[in-house]
Amino acid sequence: MTTVADMIRDIFREGSILPVDIATLSDSADLYTAGLTSHATVNLMLSLEEKFDVEFPDRLLRRRTFESIDAIKAAVGELLDQKAAA
Amino acid sequence: MTADALSAAQAAFRDALIAHRLLIPMGVDGLYGRSGVFEDVIERFNLLVSRHGGNDGAEVMRFPPAINRRDFEDSGYLKSFPQLAGTIHSFMGNDRDHQALIETLLKKEDWTAGQKATQVVMTPAACYPLYPVLAARGKLPADGALVDVYSYCFRHEPSIDPARMQLFRQREYVRIGTADQVMAFRQLWVDRGTAIMSALGVPLEVDVANDPFFGRAGKMLAANQRDQTLKFELLIPITSREKPTACLSFNYHQDHFGHVWDIRTQDGGTAHTACVGFGVERIALALFKHHGFDVKAWPQAVRDQLWT
Repeated sequence: MTTVADMIRDIFREGSILPVDIATLSDSADLYTAGLTSHATVNLMLSLEEKFDVEFPDRLLRRRTFESIDAIKAAVGELLDQKAAA
Repeated sequence: MTADALSAAQAAFRDALIAHRLLIPMGVDGLYGRSGVFEDVIERFNLLVSRHGGNDGAEVMRFPPAINRRDFEDSGYLKSFPQLAGTIHSFMGNDRDHQALIETLLKKEDWTAGQKATQVVMTPAACYPLYPVLAARGKLPADGALVDVYSYCFRHEPSIDPARMQLFRQREYVRIGTADQVMAFRQLWVDRGTAIMSALGVPLEVDVANDPFFGRAGKMLAANQRDQTLKFELLIPITSREKPTACLSFNYHQDHFGHVWDIRTQDGGTAHTACVGFGVERIALALFKHHGFDVKAWPQAVRDQLWT
Protein backbone atom coordinates (compact mmCIF):
# COMPACT_ATOMS: atom_id res chain seq x y z
CA MET A 1 0.00 0.00 0.00
CA THR A 2 1.27 3.47 -0.84
CA THR A 3 1.73 5.50 2.33
CA VAL A 4 1.59 9.28 2.69
CA ALA A 5 5.36 9.24 3.19
CA ASP A 6 5.78 7.36 -0.12
CA MET A 7 3.62 9.92 -1.91
CA ILE A 8 5.66 12.75 -0.41
CA ARG A 9 8.86 11.04 -1.54
CA ASP A 10 7.36 10.74 -5.04
CA ILE A 11 7.08 14.53 -5.18
CA PHE A 12 10.79 14.87 -4.39
CA ARG A 13 11.62 12.27 -7.03
CA GLU A 14 9.43 13.87 -9.72
CA GLY A 15 10.45 17.49 -9.18
CA SER A 16 14.03 18.69 -8.79
CA ILE A 17 13.36 20.04 -5.31
CA LEU A 18 16.56 18.85 -3.61
CA PRO A 19 20.11 18.74 -4.96
CA VAL A 20 20.44 15.20 -3.51
CA ASP A 21 18.48 11.97 -4.05
CA ILE A 22 15.63 11.78 -1.52
CA ALA A 23 16.23 8.02 -1.24
CA THR A 24 19.47 8.77 0.63
CA LEU A 25 17.57 10.65 3.36
CA SER A 26 15.58 9.23 6.28
CA ASP A 27 12.10 10.51 7.16
CA SER A 28 13.57 12.50 10.03
CA ALA A 29 16.49 14.04 8.08
CA ASP A 30 16.69 17.85 8.00
CA LEU A 31 15.73 18.83 4.46
CA TYR A 32 17.18 22.35 4.78
CA THR A 33 20.56 20.87 5.67
CA ALA A 34 20.15 18.66 2.60
CA GLY A 35 19.86 21.80 0.44
CA LEU A 36 16.15 22.68 0.40
CA THR A 37 15.92 26.39 -0.52
CA SER A 38 13.09 28.81 0.25
CA HIS A 39 11.94 28.90 -3.36
CA ALA A 40 12.10 25.10 -3.63
CA THR A 41 9.93 24.96 -0.49
CA VAL A 42 7.30 26.98 -2.36
CA ASN A 43 7.33 24.46 -5.24
CA LEU A 44 7.16 21.62 -2.72
CA MET A 45 4.14 23.19 -1.03
CA LEU A 46 2.29 23.66 -4.34
CA SER A 47 3.06 20.07 -5.38
CA LEU A 48 1.79 18.75 -2.04
CA GLU A 49 -1.43 20.74 -2.41
CA GLU A 50 -1.98 19.32 -5.87
CA LYS A 51 -1.15 15.73 -4.98
CA PHE A 52 -3.25 15.58 -1.79
CA ASP A 53 -5.91 18.08 -2.88
CA VAL A 54 -5.45 20.19 0.23
CA GLU A 55 -4.63 23.82 0.92
CA PHE A 56 -2.04 24.87 3.47
CA PRO A 57 -3.49 27.58 5.74
CA ASP A 58 -1.32 30.61 6.55
CA ARG A 59 -0.33 29.25 9.97
CA LEU A 60 1.38 26.27 8.28
CA LEU A 61 3.22 28.40 5.71
CA ARG A 62 6.46 28.34 7.65
CA ARG A 63 9.82 26.79 7.55
CA ARG A 64 9.22 24.19 10.26
CA THR A 65 6.28 22.64 8.38
CA PHE A 66 8.61 21.43 5.63
CA GLU A 67 11.78 20.65 7.59
CA SER A 68 11.59 16.84 7.19
CA ILE A 69 9.47 14.12 5.59
CA ASP A 70 8.09 13.45 9.10
CA ALA A 71 7.09 17.10 9.55
CA ILE A 72 5.46 17.23 6.11
CA LYS A 73 3.67 13.93 6.86
CA ALA A 74 2.26 15.41 10.08
CA ALA A 75 1.05 18.58 8.34
CA VAL A 76 -0.49 16.71 5.38
CA GLY A 77 -2.06 14.20 7.80
CA GLU A 78 -3.67 17.04 9.72
CA LEU A 79 -5.05 18.61 6.54
CA LEU A 80 -6.35 15.25 5.28
CA ASP A 81 -8.07 14.60 8.65
CA GLN A 82 -9.72 18.03 8.47
CA LYS A 83 -10.86 17.33 4.93
CA ALA A 84 -12.33 13.94 5.96
CA ALA A 85 -14.15 15.53 8.90
CA ALA A 86 -15.57 18.36 6.81
CA MET B 1 -4.55 54.58 13.68
CA THR B 2 -7.12 53.53 11.08
CA ALA B 3 -6.20 53.06 7.43
CA ASP B 4 -8.08 56.27 6.59
CA ALA B 5 -6.24 58.23 9.29
CA LEU B 6 -2.92 56.85 8.05
CA SER B 7 -3.71 57.87 4.45
CA ALA B 8 -4.73 61.31 5.65
CA ALA B 9 -1.48 61.72 7.61
CA GLN B 10 0.54 60.62 4.57
CA ALA B 11 -1.30 63.01 2.26
CA ALA B 12 -0.89 65.88 4.75
CA PHE B 13 2.87 65.29 5.06
CA ARG B 14 3.24 65.02 1.27
CA ASP B 15 1.30 68.27 0.78
CA ALA B 16 3.44 70.03 3.38
CA LEU B 17 6.66 68.85 1.68
CA ILE B 18 5.33 70.19 -1.61
CA ALA B 19 4.17 73.45 -0.03
CA HIS B 20 7.66 73.97 1.44
CA ARG B 21 9.09 73.26 -2.00
CA LEU B 22 11.13 70.30 -0.82
CA LEU B 23 9.41 67.85 -3.18
CA ILE B 24 8.10 68.75 -6.63
CA PRO B 25 4.99 66.82 -7.74
CA MET B 26 5.07 65.24 -11.20
CA GLY B 27 1.48 64.10 -11.50
CA VAL B 28 2.10 60.44 -10.65
CA ASP B 29 1.96 59.02 -7.12
CA GLY B 30 5.47 58.24 -5.94
CA LEU B 31 7.29 60.30 -8.58
CA TYR B 32 8.82 63.60 -7.42
CA GLY B 33 11.42 66.15 -8.23
CA ARG B 34 13.70 67.19 -5.35
CA SER B 35 14.67 70.71 -4.36
CA GLY B 36 18.22 71.89 -3.77
CA VAL B 37 17.65 71.83 -0.01
CA PHE B 38 16.30 68.27 -0.13
CA GLU B 39 19.26 67.16 -2.24
CA ASP B 40 21.72 68.89 0.07
CA VAL B 41 20.38 66.90 3.04
CA ILE B 42 20.81 63.69 1.05
CA GLU B 43 24.29 64.63 -0.11
CA ARG B 44 25.34 65.51 3.44
CA PHE B 45 23.88 62.29 4.76
CA ASN B 46 25.81 60.30 2.18
CA LEU B 47 29.02 62.01 3.29
CA LEU B 48 28.16 61.15 6.90
CA VAL B 49 27.77 57.49 5.92
CA SER B 50 31.14 57.65 4.15
CA ARG B 51 32.75 59.07 7.30
CA HIS B 52 31.61 55.94 9.16
CA GLY B 53 32.24 53.36 6.45
CA GLY B 54 34.75 55.00 4.13
CA ASN B 55 37.87 53.66 5.82
CA ASP B 56 36.89 50.01 5.39
CA GLY B 57 38.35 49.90 1.89
CA ALA B 58 35.13 49.46 -0.05
CA GLU B 59 35.41 49.60 -3.84
CA VAL B 60 33.09 52.30 -5.13
CA MET B 61 30.85 51.31 -8.06
CA ARG B 62 28.22 53.63 -9.54
CA PHE B 63 25.76 52.15 -12.01
CA PRO B 64 22.94 53.80 -13.95
CA PRO B 65 19.47 53.02 -12.56
CA ALA B 66 18.99 50.08 -14.91
CA ILE B 67 20.45 46.62 -15.37
CA ASN B 68 20.96 44.06 -18.09
CA ARG B 69 17.67 42.17 -18.59
CA ARG B 70 19.46 38.82 -18.62
CA ASP B 71 21.05 39.53 -15.24
CA PHE B 72 17.64 40.57 -13.97
CA GLU B 73 16.10 37.31 -15.22
CA ASP B 74 18.91 35.29 -13.61
CA SER B 75 18.59 37.12 -10.30
CA GLY B 76 15.34 35.38 -9.33
CA TYR B 77 13.64 38.75 -8.72
CA LEU B 78 10.55 37.72 -10.70
CA LYS B 79 10.10 34.66 -8.48
CA SER B 80 9.76 36.89 -5.44
CA PHE B 81 8.59 40.34 -6.52
CA PRO B 82 6.90 40.24 -9.97
CA GLN B 83 4.58 43.06 -8.85
CA LEU B 84 7.41 45.52 -8.22
CA ALA B 85 9.55 45.05 -11.31
CA GLY B 86 9.84 47.73 -13.95
CA THR B 87 10.84 46.53 -17.41
CA ILE B 88 11.69 49.03 -20.14
CA HIS B 89 9.81 48.67 -23.42
CA SER B 90 10.31 50.52 -26.71
CA PHE B 91 8.76 50.86 -30.13
CA MET B 92 10.46 48.44 -32.54
CA GLY B 93 8.11 48.51 -35.51
CA ASN B 94 8.16 49.71 -39.13
CA ASP B 95 6.52 52.71 -40.84
CA ARG B 96 3.12 51.07 -40.86
CA ASP B 97 3.36 50.20 -37.17
CA HIS B 98 4.37 53.79 -36.51
CA GLN B 99 1.29 55.06 -38.32
CA ALA B 100 -0.92 52.73 -36.27
CA LEU B 101 0.78 53.93 -33.09
CA ILE B 102 0.07 57.58 -33.89
CA GLU B 103 -3.55 56.83 -34.75
CA THR B 104 -4.11 54.92 -31.52
CA LEU B 105 -2.47 57.73 -29.57
CA LEU B 106 -4.69 60.37 -31.21
CA LYS B 107 -7.77 58.30 -30.36
CA LYS B 108 -6.48 58.24 -26.76
CA GLU B 109 -6.59 54.44 -26.80
CA ASP B 110 -3.96 52.09 -25.39
CA TRP B 111 -0.93 52.58 -27.66
CA THR B 112 1.40 50.50 -25.47
CA ALA B 113 0.31 47.03 -26.62
CA GLY B 114 2.85 46.96 -29.47
CA GLN B 115 5.81 48.05 -27.33
CA LYS B 116 8.54 45.40 -27.09
CA ALA B 117 10.79 44.59 -24.15
CA THR B 118 14.30 46.05 -24.44
CA GLN B 119 17.43 44.48 -22.96
CA VAL B 120 17.17 46.95 -20.08
CA VAL B 121 15.27 46.63 -16.79
CA MET B 122 15.01 49.24 -14.03
CA THR B 123 17.30 48.52 -11.07
CA PRO B 124 15.18 47.03 -8.26
CA ALA B 125 17.85 47.40 -5.54
CA ALA B 126 21.20 49.16 -5.72
CA CYS B 127 23.28 46.00 -5.23
CA TYR B 128 21.80 44.01 -8.14
CA PRO B 129 24.28 45.11 -10.85
CA LEU B 130 27.39 44.30 -8.87
CA TYR B 131 27.08 40.52 -8.43
CA PRO B 132 27.65 39.56 -12.08
CA VAL B 133 30.56 42.04 -12.16
CA LEU B 134 32.20 40.33 -9.19
CA ALA B 135 31.48 36.85 -10.53
CA ALA B 136 33.26 37.71 -13.81
CA ARG B 137 36.45 38.52 -11.87
CA GLY B 138 36.85 34.94 -10.69
CA LYS B 139 37.43 33.68 -7.15
CA LEU B 140 37.20 36.22 -4.35
CA PRO B 141 40.36 37.12 -2.45
CA ALA B 142 40.76 35.49 1.00
CA ASP B 143 39.23 38.47 2.78
CA GLY B 144 36.29 38.60 0.38
CA ALA B 145 35.03 41.83 -1.17
CA LEU B 146 33.37 45.02 0.00
CA VAL B 147 31.55 47.32 -2.43
CA ASP B 148 29.92 50.73 -2.05
CA VAL B 149 26.97 51.24 -4.42
CA TYR B 150 24.49 54.08 -4.80
CA SER B 151 21.70 54.17 -7.31
CA TYR B 152 18.18 55.22 -8.07
CA CYS B 153 15.94 52.15 -7.82
CA PHE B 154 12.48 51.56 -9.27
CA ARG B 155 9.61 49.71 -7.64
CA HIS B 156 6.11 49.78 -9.00
CA GLU B 157 4.11 50.59 -5.90
CA PRO B 158 2.39 53.93 -6.47
CA SER B 159 1.39 55.47 -3.16
CA ILE B 160 0.41 58.82 -1.71
CA ASP B 161 2.93 58.14 1.07
CA PRO B 162 5.94 60.34 0.28
CA ALA B 163 8.05 57.68 2.02
CA ARG B 164 7.02 55.15 -0.63
CA MET B 165 8.37 56.53 -3.87
CA GLN B 166 8.47 54.62 -7.14
CA LEU B 167 11.92 56.02 -7.90
CA PHE B 168 14.21 56.46 -4.92
CA ARG B 169 17.87 56.05 -4.05
CA GLN B 170 19.63 53.39 -2.05
CA ARG B 171 23.14 53.78 -0.70
CA GLU B 172 24.57 50.39 0.14
CA TYR B 173 27.65 48.68 1.40
CA VAL B 174 27.71 45.09 0.20
CA ARG B 175 29.95 42.41 1.70
CA ILE B 176 30.75 39.26 -0.25
CA GLY B 177 32.66 36.40 1.34
CA THR B 178 32.22 33.53 3.78
CA ALA B 179 29.12 33.27 5.98
CA ASP B 180 31.21 34.39 9.00
CA GLN B 181 32.63 37.40 7.17
CA VAL B 182 29.27 38.68 5.95
CA MET B 183 27.48 38.08 9.27
CA ALA B 184 30.16 40.04 11.13
CA PHE B 185 29.76 42.84 8.58
CA ARG B 186 26.00 42.92 9.07
CA GLN B 187 26.29 43.17 12.86
CA LEU B 188 28.89 45.94 12.49
CA TRP B 189 26.42 47.95 10.41
CA VAL B 190 23.44 47.32 12.71
CA ASP B 191 25.58 48.98 15.40
CA ARG B 192 26.92 51.74 13.15
CA GLY B 193 23.55 52.48 11.56
CA THR B 194 21.94 52.78 14.98
CA ALA B 195 24.72 55.12 16.14
CA ILE B 196 24.48 57.28 12.99
CA MET B 197 20.71 57.68 13.25
CA SER B 198 20.72 58.19 17.04
CA ALA B 199 23.15 61.07 16.61
CA LEU B 200 20.69 62.60 14.15
CA GLY B 201 18.12 62.86 16.92
CA VAL B 202 15.33 60.72 15.49
CA PRO B 203 13.34 58.09 17.44
CA LEU B 204 14.18 54.62 16.16
CA GLU B 205 13.95 50.92 16.72
CA VAL B 206 15.62 47.96 15.05
CA ASP B 207 13.41 44.97 14.34
CA VAL B 208 13.25 41.72 12.38
CA ALA B 209 11.59 42.28 9.02
CA ASN B 210 10.58 40.63 5.77
CA ASP B 211 10.48 41.70 2.16
CA PRO B 212 7.11 42.21 0.38
CA PHE B 213 7.11 38.83 -1.39
CA PHE B 214 4.25 38.29 -3.83
CA GLY B 215 1.20 36.12 -3.32
CA ARG B 216 0.59 33.03 -1.20
CA ALA B 217 4.02 31.62 -1.91
CA GLY B 218 5.27 34.99 -0.69
CA LYS B 219 3.68 34.42 2.71
CA MET B 220 5.92 31.43 3.14
CA LEU B 221 9.01 33.20 1.83
CA ALA B 222 8.31 36.03 4.27
CA ALA B 223 7.82 33.60 7.18
CA ASN B 224 11.06 31.82 6.25
CA GLN B 225 12.92 35.12 6.10
CA ARG B 226 11.67 36.08 9.56
CA ASP B 227 12.27 32.64 11.09
CA GLN B 228 15.87 32.82 9.94
CA THR B 229 16.25 36.53 10.91
CA LEU B 230 17.70 37.27 7.49
CA LYS B 231 16.49 40.87 7.47
CA PHE B 232 16.53 43.62 10.08
CA GLU B 233 15.23 47.12 9.58
CA LEU B 234 15.90 50.36 11.38
CA LEU B 235 12.48 51.95 11.68
CA ILE B 236 11.66 55.60 12.25
CA PRO B 237 8.11 56.93 12.71
CA ILE B 238 7.33 59.37 9.88
CA THR B 239 3.59 59.50 9.35
CA SER B 240 2.64 56.90 11.97
CA ARG B 241 3.95 55.77 15.36
CA GLU B 242 2.33 52.33 15.03
CA LYS B 243 3.69 51.79 11.53
CA PRO B 244 7.16 53.32 11.50
CA THR B 245 9.05 53.51 8.21
CA ALA B 246 12.04 51.31 7.37
CA CYS B 247 14.89 53.73 6.66
CA LEU B 248 17.84 51.33 6.84
CA SER B 249 17.90 47.60 6.24
CA PHE B 250 20.48 44.98 7.13
CA ASN B 251 20.17 41.95 4.93
CA TYR B 252 21.78 38.53 4.89
CA HIS B 253 21.13 36.86 1.50
CA GLN B 254 22.81 33.60 2.54
CA ASP B 255 24.32 32.10 -0.63
CA HIS B 256 21.40 33.18 -2.89
CA PHE B 257 23.40 35.59 -5.08
CA GLY B 258 26.58 33.54 -4.76
CA HIS B 259 24.67 30.56 -6.10
CA VAL B 260 22.87 32.45 -8.90
CA TRP B 261 26.09 33.92 -10.29
CA ASP B 262 28.52 31.25 -9.12
CA ILE B 263 30.59 33.62 -7.00
CA ARG B 264 33.31 31.61 -5.25
CA THR B 265 35.32 32.24 -2.13
CA GLN B 266 39.07 31.62 -2.05
CA ASP B 267 38.56 28.02 -0.84
CA GLY B 268 36.10 27.32 -3.66
CA GLY B 269 32.91 27.54 -1.58
CA THR B 270 29.82 29.42 -2.76
CA ALA B 271 30.04 33.02 -1.56
CA HIS B 272 27.58 34.45 0.94
CA THR B 273 26.48 38.08 0.73
CA ALA B 274 25.05 40.71 3.04
CA CYS B 275 24.28 44.38 2.64
CA VAL B 276 23.34 47.45 4.57
CA GLY B 277 20.99 49.72 2.64
CA PHE B 278 20.20 53.34 3.41
CA GLY B 279 16.92 54.63 1.96
CA VAL B 280 18.24 58.16 1.63
CA GLU B 281 14.95 59.86 0.70
CA ARG B 282 13.24 58.21 3.67
CA ILE B 283 16.03 59.34 5.95
CA ALA B 284 15.69 62.92 4.66
CA LEU B 285 11.92 62.73 5.16
CA ALA B 286 12.40 61.47 8.72
CA LEU B 287 14.73 64.41 9.43
CA PHE B 288 12.23 66.92 8.00
CA LYS B 289 9.45 65.28 10.00
CA HIS B 290 11.26 65.40 13.33
CA HIS B 291 13.28 68.60 12.98
CA GLY B 292 11.01 70.71 10.78
CA PHE B 293 11.01 71.96 7.20
CA ASP B 294 13.66 74.64 7.78
CA VAL B 295 17.07 72.96 7.92
CA LYS B 296 18.65 76.12 9.38
CA ALA B 297 16.37 75.69 12.42
CA TRP B 298 17.36 72.06 13.01
CA PRO B 299 19.01 71.35 16.40
CA GLN B 300 22.67 72.37 16.32
CA ALA B 301 23.82 68.85 17.31
CA VAL B 302 22.02 67.45 14.25
CA ARG B 303 23.38 70.17 11.96
CA ASP B 304 26.88 69.47 13.26
CA GLN B 305 26.54 65.83 12.16
CA LEU B 306 25.59 66.80 8.62
CA TRP B 307 27.23 70.16 7.92
CA THR B 308 30.66 69.75 9.44
